[in-house]
Amino acid sequence: MPSGPLLLSQAFNGLALGTLLALVSSGLTIILGTLGVLNFAHGALFMLGAYAIFVIAGYTGSFVAGLILGSVFMLLVGIVLERGLIRWFYGRPPEDQILVTFGAGIIIVEGVRAVFGSGSQRVAGPDWGQGATQIGFLIYPTYRLQLIGIIAALLVALYLVLYRTSVGLVVRAGIEDARMVGILGINVRRAFLLVFAIGVTAAGLSGMFYAPIVSVAPDLGATFLVESFVVIVIGGLGSFPGAVVGGLIAGEIISITSAFNSAYSEVMLYAVMALLLVLRPQGLFGSEGRV
Amino acid sequence: MRGRPIPLLPEAALAAVLLAAPYVLPHAGVSFDVMQRVLVIGLLGLGFDLLFGATGLLSFGQAAFYGTGGFVTAYLLVNDVIGSVWIALVIGTLIAGVYGLIVGWLAVRRIGIYFAMITLAFGQMSFFLENSPLSAYTGGENGLPGVPVPHLGDYRITAGKPMYWLLAAMFLVGFIIARRILHSPFGAVLRAIRENAWRVSMVGHSVPAYKLAVFVIAALYAGLAGGMLGVFQSYMPPDAFGLDTSGDLVVQTVIGGVGTLIGPLVGATIWLGLRDNLQLIPGIGAAWKLVLGLIFVVLVVALKRGIIGEIRYLFSRRRQLAADANIPEETGVAADLPPRSLELPMSAPLIVARPNAPALRAIDVAKHYGGLHAVDGVSFDVRTGSIHAVIGPNGAGKTTLFRMLKDEITPTSGEVLLFGKRITGLGATRTAQLGIGKSNQLNQLFLDLTAAENLRISALARRRGTFRADLLRAATSIPAVEQQIAAVLQTVGLEHRADVPVHVLPYGEKRRLEIGIALSTGPNVLLLDEPLAGMSPAERVATRALIREIGRSRTLVIVEHDMDAIFELAERITVLYEGRLLADGTPEQIQRNQAVQDAYLGGLHEHEPA
Repeated sequence: MPSGPLLLSQAFNGLALGTLLALVSSGLTIILGTLGVLNFAHGALFMLGAYAIFVIAGYTGSFVAGLILGSVFMLLVGIVLERGLIRWFYGRPPEDQILVTFGAGIIIVEGVRAVFGSGSQRVAGPDWGQGATQIGFLIYPTYRLQLIGIIAALLVALYLVLYRTSVGLVVRAGIEDARMVGILGINVRRAFLLVFAIGVTAAGLSGMFYAPIVSVAPDLGATFLVESFVVIVIGGLGSFPGAVVGGLIAGEIISITSAFNSAYSEVMLYAVMALLLVLRPQGLFGSEGRV
Repeated sequence: MRGRPIPLLPEAALAAVLLAAPYVLPHAGVSFDVMQRVLVIGLLGLGFDLLFGATGLLSFGQAAFYGTGGFVTAYLLVNDVIGSVWIALVIGTLIAGVYGLIVGWLAVRRIGIYFAMITLAFGQMSFFLENSPLSAYTGGENGLPGVPVPHLGDYRITAGKPMYWLLAAMFLVGFIIARRILHSPFGAVLRAIRENAWRVSMVGHSVPAYKLAVFVIAALYAGLAGGMLGVFQSYMPPDAFGLDTSGDLVVQTVIGGVGTLIGPLVGATIWLGLRDNLQLIPGIGAAWKLVLGLIFVVLVVALKRGIIGEIRYLFSRRRQLAADANIPEETGVAADLPPRSLELPMSAPLIVARPNAPALRAIDVAKHYGGLHAVDGVSFDVRTGSIHAVIGPNGAGKTTLFRMLKDEITPTSGEVLLFGKRITGLGATRTAQLGIGKSNQLNQLFLDLTAAENLRISALARRRGTFRADLLRAATSIPAVEQQIAAVLQTVGLEHRADVPVHVLPYGEKRRLEIGIALSTGPNVLLLDEPLAGMSPAERVATRALIREIGRSRTLVIVEHDMDAIFELAERITVLYEGRLLADGTPEQIQRNQAVQDAYLGGLHEHEPA
C-alpha cells in the first residue's frame, strides 16, 4: 500500500496529466461533435505543436513568443487542412473520413521526420517555470503547477467561447443539426472552418505545453491520440464537458494506478473504458443515440 | 446466376503467381525474407479484408490478435510447453480467436467512428499488457527469441525457400477459404451489412451476430499470421502488438485494394518494395514512408479502389458494357402485364397460436416522445387474409404505428399480437422471422448488389434463421431460395434486371424491388408503407395490380395517400388523426363518416366558423 504523501503527489500528477488530456480531447471532441469527423490526425497535430515551439522558442529564445507564434501557426495549419482536405469529406462515410485524417496524420509525422530526423529534441522550459514549489509537505515542479492553472484558464476560455458567444451558439446548434442551421441561413461552413482550426490549435497548444516535460520525437502524438479517444469514449462523443471530466478521470486513473503498480497504469485506463462501454455505452455526458 | 459454381480463376492465378515468385523475384532483387514477410501480412490481411472490405467494419486493432497469436505460439514453443510447432500454432490461433470474441463483443455494438476508436483502444491496451504486466511471459520490450521451426516428418522447414513454400501454401488455403466465405450465404449477408445494416436486420438477420462472427474470423487469421511471424524469423517481436502494425495494415489494404482479399498482400509488397529501394537513394531515403503516406491519401481521395480494385474494375466494366448491350431497355412497367398467380416456393409457415385470431391485433398501443404523443392509445384488428389500409392526414402517426406493428420501435404502452402471440418487445429481426415483412416509404436497398442478390438477402433470412455460419457452401446453392428469388423477380417484373447492380435502376424499378425484398422473406403479414409514393400513373396502375395479387395469398396492411387506390384495394380501413383512432370500418362506412370528412377537409368542425 503506497504512503499517503506518495498518493497525494500522484493525485497531483494525475491532475497535471488530466488537464493536458482534457485540452487535447476537447479539441478532438468539438471537431467530432460539430463536423462529425473523427480526426485521426489529432495526435500528429499535437506532435506538430511540440515541434513548432521547439523551432520558434529555439529561434527567438522566448517560450512565450513560441506559444503565441506557435498558436498562429497551428491555426493556419488547421485552416489549410480543413480547406484543402477535410471539407471534401463531410458528405462521405465515416470510414473515409477516418482514412483521410489518418493519412494526413502519416504525412505530418513523416514530414516532420524527414525534416528533423527520428531523434528526440529537447525544448527548454520558460524561465518563469524553473525550480520547484513547496505546497504543504509536497514539493512539486513549478512549471507543472503553472501548467495546471494555464490549461484550466484555456479550458474556461474555450467554455466561454462555446457557451457564451453567438459563434458558440452556432457551433452548438451545428452539433445538434448542421443541416437545419444551414437552412436558417447561417454560414455553417465558416463555423466548421473555425471549429476545426480551434480544435487543431488546442491539440497544438497541448503539444507546446507538454514539450518541455518530455523529449520531443515524431512519434510523440500516437499515445495521446489513443488516450484522447479513450477520454471522449468515457466522457461521451462530441461533449465538451465530457472531454474535460473524462480527461481528468483518465489522468487520475493513470497516475493513481501507477502509485500501486506502474505496470498496470495504462492497462487500467482501458479496462475502465471497457467497463463503461458495457454499463453506459453513451459515455458519462453523452446522450443515447447521438452517434 | 442460379446455382452457378464459384469460378476458380482467381485461385488458379494466385497459385501460379505463388509458384513462380521464388524463381522470378530473386532476380529482381527481392529477398526471401521480404517474400515471407509479405505473405505473413497477406494472411493477416485476408481476415482484415473480410472485416473491412466485405463487411465495412474498419478496425484499427488487428495488432491485438496478431500479437496474441504470435506470443502464445512463441511462449508455448520457447518454454517447451508444447513440442510441436503445428499444435502451438493451432492453440495460438484459437486463443487469438477467443480474444477476438471478447473484444468483438464490446466493439460490434457500435458502428463507424465508435468501432474504429474502440478497436484502436483495445489494440493499444494489448500492447501495454504485453509490455508491462505480462513481460515475465512475453519478454516485454525484448520479445521472445528462439522460436523453433516446424518439422514435416524428419524434414525441417527452415527459413528461406522451404519456409516460403509453407507460407505460400497457408496463404493459398487461407485465400480459398476467405473467398468461399465471401460467396457463401454468410458472406452475402456480410456484404449486405456493409450496404445497409438496418435493412439486413429488418428482413430477419441478426446483424450483431454476423459482425461478431466475422470479427472472430478476422482474429483467427490474425492469430495464425502472428504465429507464423514468430516461426519464420525464429523471433517474436513486441512491435507485433504496436499501433503501427494495425495502422500499416490499413494503409497496405487501401493501397492494394479494399475488398479484393489480396489487396493487403499487394499493398505490403509495394510497402516493403518502396522501403527497401527508396532507402538506397541518398537524400530521400528517410522519406520513404512520407511517399507512402502521400500515395495513401491520393488513393483515399481520388482512386478509391486501390491497385487490384482498379484492375478488377477495368475488367468488370468491359464485361459489363458487353452485358449491357444485351439488356432490354426499361421494358415498360407493363400496365398490361397479365395477372400472375403468386406462389412463393418458400411460403411462410403460419404460426398460429389461436386459429381464429386476427393476423395482427393492436391493443391500445401508444408511442410518446417526451411530451409529443405520436400515437396515443390505438386499437384495431387486421383480419387474416384481408387487405387493410391505414390512412390519415400528414402527421397522424401512421408511420409510427406501422413501425410498432413490426416492433421496429417498441410502444411506450400497449401491445401488438401476431396471430394471437405477443410480439411487442421482440424487435424487428425476430418479428421478421415470425412472418412480418415490411416495405418502406423511402427505398432501403443494397445499392451495390444486383437485384437478385438484394432478394437473396431476404429470401435467406427465414430459411436460415437469425444467424447461421454456413461459411463454405455457395450462396446460390439453396434451390428453394433460388426459386423464391425467381418467383419474386417475376412478380415484380424485374427478371431482366436480375444481374444488374441496383444503383443503376430507374426509380420505379427500385420502388418495386423495395416491395420485392419485403415479399421474398415469404411473410404471412406484409406491411407496405406508401408503396405508390413517387410512381408515375402507369406504374401506379401496375403496382395496384401487384398489390391485389399479393393480397390473394397473404395478409396486407397498407399506408397510402392515394385514396383511389385505397378505396379500390382495401377491405377495411383504419383512419388515424393526430395520433388517435378516428374511425375503423369498411370503405363504405369510412366514406360516409362525418369525422373523417372533417379531418380531411382541414379539421373544420360544425362549431367552428368556416
